[in-house]
Amino acid sequence: MEHQDQMVAAIRDSTAEVFATMLGLEVTPQESYVEVNQVGPSGGVVALIGLAGAWIGTGALHCNAECACLIASAMMQQTYEVIGDEVLDAISELTNMIIGNVKTSLEDALGVLGLSIPTVIYGRNFMTRSVQKADWIVAPFRCNGFTIQIKMCVARVDEPQPVRHGFSQSLLLNG
Amino acid sequence: MALNLLIVDDSPAIRKILQRVLQQADVPIGGIFEAGDGVQALKVLEMQHISLILTDVNMPNMDGLQLLGRVKADARWKDIPVVLITTEGGQTKVMEALHLGAAGYVRKPFSADQIRDKLRGLY
Repeated sequence: MEHQDQMVAAIRDSTAEVFATMLGLEVTPQESYVEVNQVGPSGGVVALIGLAGAWIGTGALHCNAECACLIASAMMQQTYEVIGDEVLDAISELTNMIIGNVKTSLEDALGVLGLSIPTVIYGRNFMTRSVQKADWIVAPFRCNGFTIQIKMCVARVDEPQPVRHGFSQSLLLNG
Repeated sequence: MALNLLIVDDSPAIRKILQRVLQQADVPIGGIFEAGDGVQALKVLEMQHISLILTDVNMPNMDGLQLLGRVKADARWKDIPVVLITTEGGQTKVMEALHLGAAGYVRKPFSADQIRDKLRGLY
């Protein structure tokens, strides 16, 4: 995949900086990989941010509910034990910072990119799927015993894309 | 003199964090006002005497650069220092903000020290 190493490096640098500065937490990067086929249902919290410019795509953060509460507690300096508006807002803003800084790092190579307002989803047993042809680059991290995945899926604008209206992601709720 | 600060960000989490940072900082605060976007910020400016504005860039309805332009174009508010706090750290955005009259620029993620340092000299 084009620019894969550069994207992984940018994601690792950005995630480590955001976690250290905003949360006072250390993350340990795990082996990155490319998600070629759609994986099975998962749950937890997913935050999504659209990227647009000479390249288009999506950046995402995925973690489980307990990890989301840990992140929000560290960020807001108060304890959260269940998912609520403040936890989802904290995850949304954290993702905005991580993907925003990845975007800035990649602009020399990919050209100027714009960011959408983040969307955050919480649930059980759901799938996210991009209608783009591009694969997802997945950069996992370990933090305080939890796994956090930062994902990016980008493609050049001149590559033909299916014409779809509305969200660039489809969401399947399986019960 | 105590300052009236206006925090503009569509994220309640960031508004809350900035409030905490400002209250812990060595800044003489009279009041802290909040707005979720540029449109709400203009309404606050109409009603309150604001000394300093801290604003995000990427927001719905009216973004931070549009707000900055509106503030600097209005004789009542043009002398209020505006500091942008954003993930939009690209050189193009920074230059645009400074050209529009921004007093400073802080990149997210930010530390309390960075906010304090940026505000020093603006009041």
